[in-house]
Amino acid sequence: MAPVATPFFFYLFAAIMLIGGILVITCKNAVHSALALIVILLAQASIYLMLYAPFVAGAQIILYAGGIMVLFLFVIMLVSIERSMKERQFNSQWVVGIVAATALGGLFIAVYLKGKNIFPDHVLPVVESDNTQKVATLLYGQYMFAFEIASLLLLVAIIGAVVMAKKRI
Amino acid sequence: MDAMLHITTLHYLVLGAALFLLGIIGVLTRRNVVIVLMSIELILNAVNLNLVAFSRLWGGLHGQVFAIFVITDAAAEAAVGLGILIAFFRNKETVNIDEVNLLKW
Repeated sequence: MAPVATPFFFYLFAAIMLIGGILVITCKNAVHSALALIVILLAQASIYLMLYAPFVAGAQIILYAGGIMVLFLFVIMLVSIERSMKERQFNSQWVVGIVAATALGGLFIAVYLKGKNIFPDHVLPVVESDNTQKVATLLYGQYMFAFEIASLLLLVAIIGAVVMAKKRI
Repeated sequence: MDAMLHITTLHYLVLGAALFLLGIIGVLTRRNVVIVLMSIELILNAVNLNLVAFSRLWGGLHGQVFAIFVITDAAAEAAVGLGILIAFFRNKETVNIDEVNLLKW
């Protein structure tokens, strides 16, 4: 089945993501930033669906919007945000920030203008029905070692987070 | 007009670059540690978008597998970072990143 109105949805979700990104880095209240970030993550999951990556989209919603952002909101509730809302929000490094962003943006633009014709014009057709199966075959076959390392990393992260957050060990 | 109506890989890359730049600005300029961590998540998401777009371009699934590993890393990073933040808040009663200067020369 051919996709319906792909440009419209791409620009819609791109606009949502860019507006959300600006909100994340400008909001005074950390809770508002977190909510804007959740909206960005959901819009990005939709863009993954447009790229025929349903498994990554599901992982994005479950892990990012459901797991990591809940962790963020919990921590925002734990630390007091009233005081930080009264303080100055931006440090004195904003000149450095603007310069770094402009330089990096210029680099991106130059690379994209130069390399625009490297990419093939048409993308390869994909079978969308067995995406999850193929990803699983890769994960448990070719990337088995990396998968085990990732689980070890998560174990270390759990222990590290508990050690950091515990008052007295 | 044709470039606007035909969504290519370059469109996704430009969107990812814009999100990456927003994240960089957030990391460099905000003083609230929580929002700095959120900006890092924004950067990781921009990278993920590029990976999945390239995976679609070349028809393989290696980019998507890599994106899943990046999501795993983001979860680990968020857990440890927020743990450090809680320990820091317990000691200094603030979430201002300018107060984190114990190791400053």
